[in-house]
Amino acid sequence: MAFIESRDLNLDATELRLGLPGTTEESEKQTPPPIARSNKRALPDMNDDQPGPCNDNSHVSDAKKSAPPTKAQVVGWPPVRSYRKNCFQGKKVESETAGIFVKVSMDGAPYLRKIDLNIYKGYSELLKALEEMFKFKVGKYSEREGYNGSEHVPTYEDKDGDWMLVGDVPWEMFITSCKRLRIMKGSEARGLGCAV
Amino acid sequence: MNYFPDEVIEHVFDFITSHKDRNAVSLVCKSWYKIERMSRQIVFIGNCYAISPEGVIARFPELKSLTLKGKPHFADFNLVPHDWGGILYPWIEAFAKSRVGLEELRLKRMVVSDESLELLSKSFVNFKALVLVSCEGFSTDGLAAVAANCRFLRELDLQENEVEDHRGHWISRFPESCTSLVSLNLACLKGEINLSALERLVARSPNLKSLRLSRAVPLDALQKILMRAPQLVDLGTGSFVHDPASDAYNKLKATILKCKSIKSLSGFLEVAPRCLSAIHPICHNLTSLNLSYAPGIHGNDLIKLIQHCRKLERLWILDCIGDKGLGIVASTCKELQELRVFPSDPYGVGNAAVTEEGLVAISAGCPKLHSLLYFCQQMTNAALITVAKNCSNFTRFRLCILDPTRPDPVTMQPLDEGFGAIVQSCKRLRRLSLSGLLTDRVFLYIGMYAEQLEMLSIAFAGDSDKGMLYVLNGCKKLRKLEIRDSPFGDTALLTDVGKYETMRSLWMSSCEVTLGGCKTLAKNRPMLNVEIINEDDQIDFSSDDRQKVGKMYLYRTLVGPRKDAPEFVWTLSRRWVGTDLVKQHNSNSSKFLTMAGQEKSQKSQGWSKNPVPSGWNCHNIGVLSKNYCTRIIGYEDLKGTMA
Repeated sequence: MAFIESRDLNLDATELRLGLPGTTEESEKQTPPPIARSNKRALPDMNDDQPGPCNDNSHVSDAKKSAPPTKAQVVGWPPVRSYRKNCFQGKKVESETAGIFVKVSMDGAPYLRKIDLNIYKGYSELLKALEEMFKFKVGKYSEREGYNGSEHVPTYEDKDGDWMLVGDVPWEMFITSCKRLRIMKGSEARGLGCAV
Repeated sequence: MNYFPDEVIEHVFDFITSHKDRNAVSLVCKSWYKIERMSRQIVFIGNCYAISPEGVIARFPELKSLTLKGKPHFADFNLVPHDWGGILYPWIEAFAKSRVGLEELRLKRMVVSDESLELLSKSFVNFKALVLVSCEGFSTDGLAAVAANCRFLRELDLQENEVEDHRGHWISRFPESCTSLVSLNLACLKGEINLSALERLVARSPNLKSLRLSRAVPLDALQKILMRAPQLVDLGTGSFVHDPASDAYNKLKATILKCKSIKSLSGFLEVAPRCLSAIHPICHNLTSLNLSYAPGIHGNDLIKLIQHCRKLERLWILDCIGDKGLGIVASTCKELQELRVFPSDPYGVGNAAVTEEGLVAISAGCPKLHSLLYFCQQMTNAALITVAKNCSNFTRFRLCILDPTRPDPVTMQPLDEGFGAIVQSCKRLRRLSLSGLLTDRVFLYIGMYAEQLEMLSIAFAGDSDKGMLYVLNGCKKLRKLEIRDSPFGDTALLTDVGKYETMRSLWMSSCEVTLGGCKTLAKNRPMLNVEIINEDDQIDFSSDDRQKVGKMYLYRTLVGPRKDAPEFVWTLSRRWVGTDLVKQHNSNSSKFLTMAGQEKSQKSQGWSKNPVPSGWNCHNIGVLSKNYCTRIIGYEDLKGTMA
């Protein structure tokens, strides 16, 4: 039969294959690198004892024997629905970023600073750090009245471009929507701090 | 039974609800066939290309509920090109033209356009339920049409679909008179939603039992909605992020206490772990919990939650629960029937925190477990053997080791013996997915023992054709076989071609089957469509039959090659001479291979001057004009043969 004869003709060299341009069958079948506590021994060759067509499995055992140096992504493995993968994509990118750096300006200060919002666990830590950085004090925060008792009011610009009072939304929501910080001072600040 | 009037037999048939049983009943005699077909209201079509919509309507004129599945399963993992097919519109069009009073439509992996949703909403007065799973091609405009026009809508269930969100106020399109909603699942929608319209809709739906919200519904809106629907049985929260010290959060805690009927909980699409304590009070009632879309919850918070869930029957969770967490599940959830552990890093071998230990613990602690999907770092034969001993009830066993060819890390052996133990012990196993290092031996076991097996998924496994042959010969009830990256070739493919007509479908990608093998398979098999998915024009059809086929999908059908196949899908002709093949042509030009192997290129208008030589069959001729069709000598009407 034609299929068995093909083995002897060594068609690998002239073989037409299906696959993405630039990939070879080997790289597609390459396994991702083993995890830390896994084996370092070579895999036993399962083909030694088996008679019959061996050519079919040569490429598979080749892939197993070769130590994959890079993390080759196999298409469609692990078998997770694209919908689920897409849901997590955002999260993955976030966790890989070094930090959420935003500019901080203070009215009247000669130059701006940059801070990493990720290193703070909440508003109190952030405000303390800002107070130290710019040598000022914020007033007492309340949901109704904003910051009372100080000339300085911390504000931030959010994703929509609006200037918001720092502290109104939950911390997690804040660090993802904050684009830059501004510490307002003086008459402008009083307008914000006033209760309606 | 011959002496009973038809009405009596029909009444008896009313008690027969399973599709298999009704199919069997219809084969008994002509009279039963007729009675059964006139009374069947629920029709299940596992492959939308196996039959034409006209055929379905002709046979089951009284149908009310239709289930349709489109793309092959591996489409879920990006192995099937985007526009392969599975298009809904022709079905809606055909049904709309007929007198069928469609009330329910359930779709999986189909391409659903806004036009089809609009046509659906306007064509069926009593339409009640739309369930879309893993579908795509539509936007919120299509949903708006359904909302606006389906006056008696009870169920709108969108599961894991790719929906283009036009941010319109589609929810507001539900008229004030619409008060019939029982189930509303919006979890997969990505865009903004008109919260007050949603709240009003919930308020006027006293029968609402199931509500799953999208990410755009914040916690405070959830609280307001729950106030309107304390009768909910199934809740999917949207975004569960809030400052736990705030008023809004406290309100939510109080409101949740009123929701005493909630048995099923999901969502938490964004979650602040400190807020989870709000749901602890209702955990003791839960039978179903899906936290698999909540990546922000650490193992300890999960454990705290699960310790309250003693009645849990179904748990979907991420692997960050860890082996330790699974141990807690095992000791707490004695009623557990279904467990799915998903990878929190779906892109590869990350820090997957579950191993064989978690699975062994579950098998020991949960005697009712029968359905498993488990993504893990590693697996051992010993563990699988123990699992098989502890749990012989498995009907679905899907194991996914993140490194797909990883052997038993302790013994360095393949996992043949472990899976062998599973199939030997679990006599009711219907679905199995393999992974890890596997030789032909595992297939020997599967062929020998897996007598009830209906669906088998194979990846990176086996050594030779023998593996596939063991399965084809042994598994008498096999319906779906999908194989990727395994060394099975033409010998296995061609040994028992008749087998495929007893199955729904076979998928083989990156295996060893050749073009010649596929052609041989397709020859004289009018009941099979053998499709070759030829992306990037990798296969040259005019020459070497020894080329390996990258992706082959074959399925049984009554209606021959489909007319909507895209350019890169080649359906092998069922009657061919030598290397002839007819390619799908587009509207501008067609390429045909003559018997001599030369190419001819023609515009579609020129067809009448150059008729196809006799002995040819034409496929994918949808675009050709009717005039041309009649001129083809030898073209056969490939319509179905259903009575």
